[in-house]
Amino acid sequence: MTLRSESPALDLRGISKAFYGVKANDDVDFELRQGEVHALLGENGAGKSTLCSIIAGLYRPDTGTMHVYGEPAHFRSPKDAFAAGIGMVYQHFRLVNNLTVAENMVLGNADLRMRYSDVDIERQTHEIGNRYGLPVDPQARIWQLSVGEQQRVEILKQLQRNARILILDEPTAVLTPQESDQLFRTVRQMADEGRAVILVSHKLHEIKQVSDRVTVLRHGRRVGEPVATADATPRELAAMMVGHDLVLPTRDPNEHLGDVVLSIQDLRVRNDRGLEAVRGVSLDVRRGEIVGIAGVAGNGQRELAYAIAGLRRPVAGTIALDGVDITGTSVTSRIARGIGYVPQNRLGMGLAPGLTTEENLGLKAYRKPPFSRGPFLVPKTFKDVGAQLIDEYDIRGVRPGLPIRLLSGGNLQKALIAREVTQQHSVLVARSPTRGLDVGATGAVRNLLLRERDGGVGVLLISEDLDELLALSDRLLVLFEGRIVGELTSDEADPARLGLLMAGHVEETA
Amino acid sequence: MNDSVLILTIFAAIGLGTPLVFATVGEILTERSGVLNLGVQGMMLVGAVAGFWATFKTGNVFLGVIAAIVAGAAISLIHGFSSVTLRVSQIVSGLALTIFGTGLSEFIGRAGTPALVGSPSRATFSPILEGGIADWPIVGPLIFGHDVLVYLSWLVVAGASYYLFHTKLGLSLRAVGEDPASADAAGVNVTRYRYAHVVLGGALSGLGGAYFSLVLVPSWQDDLIGGAGWIAIALVIVASWRPWRALFAAYLFGAAGRVNFTLQTLEISAPSNLLAMIPFVLAIVAMLVLTSGKRARLLGAPAALGVPYAREQR
Repeated sequence: MTLRSESPALDLRGISKAFYGVKANDDVDFELRQGEVHALLGENGAGKSTLCSIIAGLYRPDTGTMHVYGEPAHFRSPKDAFAAGIGMVYQHFRLVNNLTVAENMVLGNADLRMRYSDVDIERQTHEIGNRYGLPVDPQARIWQLSVGEQQRVEILKQLQRNARILILDEPTAVLTPQESDQLFRTVRQMADEGRAVILVSHKLHEIKQVSDRVTVLRHGRRVGEPVATADATPRELAAMMVGHDLVLPTRDPNEHLGDVVLSIQDLRVRNDRGLEAVRGVSLDVRRGEIVGIAGVAGNGQRELAYAIAGLRRPVAGTIALDGVDITGTSVTSRIARGIGYVPQNRLGMGLAPGLTTEENLGLKAYRKPPFSRGPFLVPKTFKDVGAQLIDEYDIRGVRPGLPIRLLSGGNLQKALIAREVTQQHSVLVARSPTRGLDVGATGAVRNLLLRERDGGVGVLLISEDLDELLALSDRLLVLFEGRIVGELTSDEADPARLGLLMAGHVEETA
Repeated sequence: MNDSVLILTIFAAIGLGTPLVFATVGEILTERSGVLNLGVQGMMLVGAVAGFWATFKTGNVFLGVIAAIVAGAAISLIHGFSSVTLRVSQIVSGLALTIFGTGLSEFIGRAGTPALVGSPSRATFSPILEGGIADWPIVGPLIFGHDVLVYLSWLVVAGASYYLFHTKLGLSLRAVGEDPASADAAGVNVTRYRYAHVVLGGALSGLGGAYFSLVLVPSWQDDLIGGAGWIAIALVIVASWRPWRALFAAYLFGAAGRVNFTLQTLEISAPSNLLAMIPFVLAIVAMLVLTSGKRARLLGAPAALGVPYAREQR
């Protein structure tokens, strides 16, 4: 048994995996020790998620070997990975929305008896939640839970299956700072119990806070040897990740604050279930300022953005652009009047996945020359403008004639923003524009937003990323349960204060 | 009192509804796995002709039933292969299966000598109880007066409901139909579940078809089952993917099919062609009412219904 306890929890050698001829992982080695929290750091499209999916048995590597606790492993499906004690909490949770928490907990669990009673599995769920200090309501259906609670279910599910190796893929992307701290305490506790944890992230301060060692991936390859977290500065890690020194742009105070360009009065909007998600929001955006909307996902951000973009008709209230009421107008007319919209869901809302990159880049301009003449499209314009934007915004991985959905997340976002900012507009609504982007792409996107602002555009930045909001916003509004519960200037705002407001602790007006 | 129009109508509705019960529960199980199979009509016809043929050859109705189940299951594999493995459009594949099954049943009906077309069945199912409790008022005919396949259909409904909501396999099945990626990540074999339930749906459709050729009609002719396969697909929605509701919905449609006869009994004259349309009109109205607007969300259609699943797709 000494041999077993000394062998690493995971030992991967020479792992390669290609999608459509593009190498997502290229000869990657990775070692995970027992009882450690090992951060996997890399830009978007660096191959972190692919590597994790291989470890979790979801993808099969093209080449390379894997040993789990010293035993060779050849996973054919996630089931095999479970059997070897590996559990993964995906970035996009793998929970069945219409099933209850308890049902999700036992789904696919080999230990479950063929006939089960709801009472039994609910009791078990309750017990394990209490044991790990992660209480959940076993009878609730997943869609009724907040994102933080859903993540709790995912983690408990892995713990219940007694996962000895736990993979967390960008776990804090959707959490408040307080929820993140709670998560890190749980992660630490799990490592202290002897489990091995892989933490995928591109947030350097998190990695510093919770991990023991760091492996950096870039363009699908491993950068250098794994380093002890304590020995590396955030700056060094960032440099390893992007290949050169890089400082994220932040705002300078805006000098030319213009007139109010977007004015929203007492807006009420329903969500998909017919409940009011935006419950009386009033705000103004001036030319030349970035107004940040902070809040945990699901507090009305989506509906607010939809209402401004014209995708959803509000129940009450008005939206005015340059003093003109546009509340009832169509999406097309709003585009023509100068409202730009960068949606959170890039494929589907922003881009047409099956069309080519060039076609997508022309998707808002094609009704007019030079993209079209009368009813006919002008392919040459699409090609020329496309090539120019692809070059200017450094959109990588484009291959002529192939659908845009094959691009990585960061490049999709660059394409989307390239299209939106080349339109003439006076207001830009951006929802989590850098979500899931690497440092390089984040910097590029931030610069674009700041450039827009300095050009006299009013920017409404709706985001769950506090760093981004703090770095870019001239003013910050906090949205909680469909209402604005706080307004802070950039000088007053700090993460702790925002975190409390986001969690619904309304400040006393002294 | 057992001769009253009401009792006779309900009794007949149970008979006419029974093939719909089999086919609807079969399609519910298939759709719960996330596969839409519009080939029910084709599978029922193939089951009907296979069941009739086997009984014709052997004189044994039980062998006929087994042949119908096997034939329905076998032909459904075409849909399983094209929709699960090849991931083609489930709508196209299902429609093709209906066209193919219809043609195949007509071909088999004429292929042999003597041809099956126009022949009466050599054997049929009779009520298993005669006299005694089967003559009790009301419950006699309605509960105890049926043939063995009606009781089998009740067992199928009860079994399917228990299976879906109280067993591990049923939980995995529901997860596969709602969110195959999550089910896969939880260690459920999506491909296996989808194949198994396409085949199960095919087997039950085949059995439903055989109820026409061995009990209700019992003979063979082209398009023996009318539009029963299409009604079954509509009933899945009316029943909101729940087996017990399917049972009662099927009987309601069985009753609608009986209106013609009942009105004649009551000496009310109405054009029979129009009355024959009642089940189909009822199906359309029920679908419109149930699937319009916000109600559709409450129905509980499997979220991944009709969507092929590919694990490594990006």
